[in-house]
Amino acid sequence: MFADQPIATPRVDPRSLRGRLVGVATLFATPLRPSHYLELINPLWTTHSLRARVEAVCDETRDARTLTLRPGRGWRPHRAGQFVRLGVSVGGVRHTRTYSISSSPDRGDGCITVTVKTVAGGRVSPFLVGELRPGSYLSISTPAGDFVLPDARPVRPLFLTAGSGITPVMSMLRTYRLRGTMPDVVHVHYAPLPHDVIFKDELQDMAAQEPRYRLRSVYTRELGRSHFDREQLESLCPDWRERDVWACGPQALLDAVERHWDAAGLGERLHIERFQAPRAALSSDATGGTVSFAGSGRRVEADGRTPLLRVAEDAGLNPAHGCRMGICHSCDVSLLKGRVRDLRTGALVEAEGQKVQICVCAAAGSVELAL
Amino acid sequence: MSHTLPVRLSDTDIEEFGREIDRIAEEVRADLGPRDERYIRRLISIQRGLALGGRIVIFASLAFTPAWGHALVSWPLFLALISLGTLALGTAKILENMEIGHNILHGQWDWMRDPEIQSATWEWDSVCPSDQWKHSHNVMHHTWTNVLGRDRDIGYAMLRVNDEMRWHPVYLIQPFSAVLMALFFEWFIALHDLEINRLLAGVKDRAVARQQWRGIRRKAGRQALKDYVLWPLMAGPFFLYVCAANFVANAIRNVWSFVIIFCGHFPAGVHVFTIAQINGETRARWYVRQLLGSCNIDGGRLFHVLSGNLSHQIEHHLFPDLPSNRYPQVAPRVRALCERYGLPYNTGSLSHQFGSTMWKILRLSLPTAAPGGQLVTMK
Repeated sequence: MFADQPIATPRVDPRSLRGRLVGVATLFATPLRPSHYLELINPLWTTHSLRARVEAVCDETRDARTLTLRPGRGWRPHRAGQFVRLGVSVGGVRHTRTYSISSSPDRGDGCITVTVKTVAGGRVSPFLVGELRPGSYLSISTPAGDFVLPDARPVRPLFLTAGSGITPVMSMLRTYRLRGTMPDVVHVHYAPLPHDVIFKDELQDMAAQEPRYRLRSVYTRELGRSHFDREQLESLCPDWRERDVWACGPQALLDAVERHWDAAGLGERLHIERFQAPRAALSSDATGGTVSFAGSGRRVEADGRTPLLRVAEDAGLNPAHGCRMGICHSCDVSLLKGRVRDLRTGALVEAEGQKVQICVCAAAGSVELAL
Repeated sequence: MSHTLPVRLSDTDIEEFGREIDRIAEEVRADLGPRDERYIRRLISIQRGLALGGRIVIFASLAFTPAWGHALVSWPLFLALISLGTLALGTAKILENMEIGHNILHGQWDWMRDPEIQSATWEWDSVCPSDQWKHSHNVMHHTWTNVLGRDRDIGYAMLRVNDEMRWHPVYLIQPFSAVLMALFFEWFIALHDLEINRLLAGVKDRAVARQQWRGIRRKAGRQALKDYVLWPLMAGPFFLYVCAANFVANAIRNVWSFVIIFCGHFPAGVHVFTIAQINGETRARWYVRQLLGSCNIDGGRLFHVLSGNLSHQIEHHLFPDLPSNRYPQVAPRVRALCERYGLPYNTGSLSHQFGSTMWKILRLSLPTAAPGGQLVTMK
């Protein structure tokens, strides 16, 4: 699913002739690689790490910005709907976050676009939206994810998106448009008010130019409008049962959509892309405690709601992590003492002596981690 | 238990001193940010450019050897150019070894969470494998700094550098072995963690030594292949010129690092300690031992960078994992703090510090009496 993809550089078989020649060439630069010297001329030529240059930035709404990125060597084209992991230095410290690619792979100019919306209290999104300048470089992963349209068979998609959840779907729509193969699409998009819609002009243009694309915008702050519910769906898209559905947006929308489709017994026609791990509502007795880090000897106080990964990072540690959503297990750490709470379900996890995923677990009382 | 350090301070005074040192470290750590990141990244770019440029100039100089017979050939021009290239390459090796490699391997830049500029993965441009050096340096030397019988960096298990060390006839040749060590310093460092003297005494685990030896062979093999086979081969018939240039560049780095490092703990006035003296050592007492056992060198900004900021040996030993570009900023505060507590702060010019070190090596090659009659046989 969201398994974190390491920076995939094209690996040459070391036993082949080409591999041996590359090995010898590397010896000229040892302990570095020739790529480290190429980096001095053009960071996009590196093979030891994949970079992207910021070609342009464009403000979509008051808190969303589109970054046009040119990936370097080692990039392979994405499928519409996939995401990339961007690595950027904020305040001197490197952070990584995943973002859906909003451009079509058929774009043709060697660039991709990523549309970032500021997350309140976030560390990386305010920097990307407010400060990142054209000409700077980010590190980037190869594209990953299976929130994609099927290759072979024709579909009649129903897209359900809200806020920045429109980004992967935008990649799909742009691909249809470029190829001239727009199927019978119903796109329900939720936004608070009209000017909050990212890609507003482009969507309206698409609705006007492509007769088979039907856009249904729902402005949730307007009077009489509500969030997703069954009656609304019936009125906006009466044939929803015959459609394959792609949904992306905040947790509330996706939970509601999932419940609805499961109730109708059509769960396998639903594709969901989550940007954050689903969080269960926590009871008021979800208290935290002292978190001790055995390796570094540090101790900090934590509440019962902040993931331990974040607690460790705030304490100045640098734990390995991947998707930050509880899927890839890159952040697994041994829980030496205490109990943790899985924030996705709200349940207590008795895992003393075992590994826990610190990106989705918070302290339930005092804990000790092998970090 | 009360301290037995050679300072006129009470136990409480020492603890207070320790707290003030802690506070300085906390302040600097909280201030780390983009400015520091830019420093190390720029330094790495400059170093790599200098290394590549140096090798290119060495090759370009070959076009001016009289063997070509064109109008511009001349020995002086060729020698000037190849010396320029060699100096550039040697300077690049100095920067990589000291300000970049040594400091990254100390974990000074781990806070940036960069996947490459990391103590866990950085491999430095030296015949010594990074992981073995991290053990002998970060773990052993920085923990047991200047403790006789524990810190194997004292004389590098080869030279007698304190009166307290028991004399042995083998030390008679140490003025010559010191010169040899200077020229080939990176090789001595490569073998340092192997603990050959302990191996010969039968005290070291042979399986561990075998594994270490494999690592040394691999790293040293690749480095030697690069500088003494591959690059010279690219010059065809001028193989020996490039070989010699690379040897000299390595020697430049070896001698320079030898000089700077020996000025760190061996000049006159530095203190050594017995194992008994560190019994019950608190963090604050550890600070005092680091202070008393380290020496600084005065100099300008360029000198500090070229010495890997080991000219601030005292600050480095007090704050080994603070980014080195902050040592010059922190040094005046540490010095003022020492003055307030009446603690010594050993610093001097390069000629003074190295001069007193060389005099010590000469003097101690002959039998001398130990102060207080305490003698330690180096294991």
